Formats: sequence, C-alpha cells, structure tokens
Amino acid sequence: MDHTPPPFFKRGPAPLVRLFFFASLSLALLVIDARFRYAEGLRSWLALAAYPVQRAATTPVELVGAIGSFFSTQAQLVAENERLRAKALTYSQHAQRYEAAYAEAEQLRKLVGVQERLEVRAIPAEVMYNGRDPYAHKLFIDRGATHGVRPGSPVTDETGVVGQVTRVHPLVSEVTLATDRDQAIPVQVVRNGLRAVAFGGGATGTLELRFMAANADIQTNDRLVTSGIDGTYPPGLPVATVMRIERDAENAFARVVCRPAAGVDRGRFVLVLTDETVKPPRPEEAQAGKEKLRRGRARDKDGPVR
Amino acid sequence: MDLSGSRQILQPVRLSTIIASFAIALLLNFLPWRDLRVVPDFVGLVLVFWCVRQPRLVGLGVAWTLGLITDAGNGVLLGQHALAYSLAAFLGIWLSRRILWFGAGLQALHVGAILLVAQGVSLLVRLAAGDEFPGWAIVASPIAAALLWPFVSWLLLLPQRRPAREQTI
Repeated sequence: MDHTPPPFFKRGPAPLVRLFFFASLSLALLVIDARFRYAEGLRSWLALAAYPVQRAATTPVELVGAIGSFFSTQAQLVAENERLRAKALTYSQHAQRYEAAYAEAEQLRKLVGVQERLEVRAIPAEVMYNGRDPYAHKLFIDRGATHGVRPGSPVTDETGVVGQVTRVHPLVSEVTLATDRDQAIPVQVVRNGLRAVAFGGGATGTLELRFMAANADIQTNDRLVTSGIDGTYPPGLPVATVMRIERDAENAFARVVCRPAAGVDRGRFVLVLTDETVKPPRPEEAQAGKEKLRRGRARDKDGPVR
Repeated sequence: MDLSGSRQILQPVRLSTIIASFAIALLLNFLPWRDLRVVPDFVGLVLVFWCVRQPRLVGLGVAWTLGLITDAGNGVLLGQHALAYSLAAFLGIWLSRRILWFGAGLQALHVGAILLVAQGVSLLVRLAAGDEFPGWAIVASPIAAALLWPFVSWLLLLPQRRPAREQTI
C-alpha cells in the first residue's frame, strides 16, 4: 500500500526542515567568513549584485540636492563665491609656503641620505551610504578595485582623517571610520611630538587614547596628527583634538577623549590616499604575534606600532 | 470597506509585484539614513508580508538570498542577515494562517514580535563575533517596522484589489 500523497500536493520538504537547512548554511558561512575569510570572492559577487540598487538609492538624494541648487538665489551664489574666493586666496598662500617647505625638506633629506618620500596619490570618492549596521561604524564609497583603491588605504576629507579602507569590491569599497571601536591610528601630539595610538570610541563618536601614562604631557585642546610610523597613514594628517583628560589615582593610565578633526559622520566627498612607498618587511616576532591575535578581521591591517 | 483585505476576494498575485517590492525595499535599506537604529528594516518587513500572504511563492530560499545581498551590501559578516531573514520567513510561514485571522493592529503586533526575534538572532551573532552591545535603541527598529505594517500591507495588496465597480456586480 502506498500512502504518499499524489504529486499534485507535493510542496517540497517541510518548513522546519528548510529552516534547519538554511540556518546551518548561514552558520557555516558565518564561521567561514569570520574565521577563515574564504568567502571574500562570494562577497565581491554579491556586492556587485547589490551595486545597481545602491546606485539607485543614492540617486534621489542627489536629485534633491540638484533641485535645491536650482532654486538657490543670486545673492546666495554671490556670497558663496566671495567666500570661496577668500578661501582660495588663503589656500594658495598656504600652498606656496608648503611648496617652499617641501623643497627645503627634500633637500635636507638628500643631505642626510634618507629615503625619498614618494608623492601620495589621492582618489576622490563620493560617499554612497552608511553601513546599515549598528555594531560598527562604516561607510561605502563609489570607488573600488577598478579605480585603484586598495585595502588599507587611509581615507580623508578636507579637514582630516576619516578612516581606512577595509574591504575593496570591484566598484565600491568599505571604509571603517576612525570612530569604530576596532580602528586604531598612530598619532602624535603636534605641540611636543608625543606618540600615541588613537582608538575609536564607538557609538559616542569620539576617539580615545588608551594606555597613556597618567603623567603624560598632554593637555586639553592639543592637536593630534598622524605620526606616519605605521607606514599606512602619511604623516601630518590632522586626526583629532583633545577634548578632556580624566586622570584617576586608581588607574595607572589617563583616559584621553578626543574629538575627530574630520567630519567623520558628515560630508559627501572623501579622498582615498594611496602611496607607493616601499615598506621594509615586518619583523618576525611581530608577525607571529599578529597571527595569534588574528580574530578573523582585516581591520587595522598593519597594526598599531608602539 | 475592509482595509485588511482578508475578507475581500483578491486577484492572484503577480510575480513582478513581489520582485518590485523587494527591489524597492532593498533600495530603502540602502538610503543614506542618519540614525540607523530607529529605521525599520524594510526588507525584513516586506519579506514577512509575502511569507504571510504567499507562503508558497516566497519562502526560505528567497529570504536567505536577500539576507546574503544585505550582508554583502552592508559589509557585515556573511550569513548574519541570511540567518535572521530565514528565521523571520519561517516564523511568517508558520504563523501565516493565524496572523491573517486578526485585524491590522494585532497583525502588526505579531510582525513586530517576528522581527524582534530576527533582530535578536542578529544580535547574538554579533555578540558571538566579538562586538559589543549597541544599546537598547536597536529595539526601536522592529517597533517602527510594526507601526508601518498596516500601511505596507495596504500598499502591497493594492495591485491585487479589484476595482470597486467590479465588486458590486
């Protein structure tokens, strides 16, 4: 006797079986992605599939901007023009001074015999959208591997460091913001050259200097710039300003909270910096330590140098 | 006129409607939102809607694929949304008969609970991966989605409605 229903009613496996199948598939993918990073190829393809939708999503925002600019008045434009002209004037003065200083530095470098610094190339990019992920601070830009963006490149805007490229797809790339908890930037205090590492403060939108000795020479309103000793960030980019310092007798370390210099969560345009400097090979023990610490993340690719 | 549409004979759904609704939901998810924690997950909402309304057309396979696209598009761990959406789809299919029995308000309550469970799974995955708890504001997203449910179900059933003139005949 055959009790199976006629094929007329067949609907495939039961929903619970399907749930188990897809859940285990997801879990396997999660483990592969988090632990071994074998899924990058699949991710690139999926990102390419999502690209048209992402492009379409940014179009209405651009359209609103275009309509807004269409209705901007003559007086506004004149005022803005004047302001920009004044800005350009100051910038050109700065540029002249910079060029003179650069030439001088170059000459001195030659005298001392230090390796010449190569020009940093900047790729302008537009921010497409923020990552829809409350756990991490990321944004997506419309430049990818086909435009020459490489993982690990620093990203800046006109006022300072925004973050670092952590993943590159063919047409878009993913930027981890400086305020992300897992992002570290080697910095230097402008006033006295004190070196430190700035970590992201997470949801607060601030940066933090961890493991600063309680008696370290650091003050409120000190400006922090990249030190450049990590070989990833070019030196001298503004990173943050010290907001407040909490020195506690119980702790050996001071807690230094800083405000990011760049509009980390604002602005539509950023620059991706790529430099072709030759880096010396990393020391052996540092490599071994990195392997041990590796928790399946590509963040701070080159690691903070202390 | 009955707004929930459950007592009205509807036209059969067109596949193009389902595909278009998913495309629009993905688009809404990719908009540059200011604070993401309070923005409803449109893809999850539309997915639950179709799982409740058309469990034979939209199922776990669709949910899983959409989840993967969302994961890749947002640069999160591959499989996080895939897992959450699969679970949401399963719950939607499982509860579909029950949910359709209620009015719009109680339907929204069920949908909110389903999305909350999906969000919880997402949270567990991220905590297991070593991220920290982002605060209770993440509960706001399923609640916002539940508030949108009556409007979304009215909107998505619009193409299936017969003209009023035809009904009176």
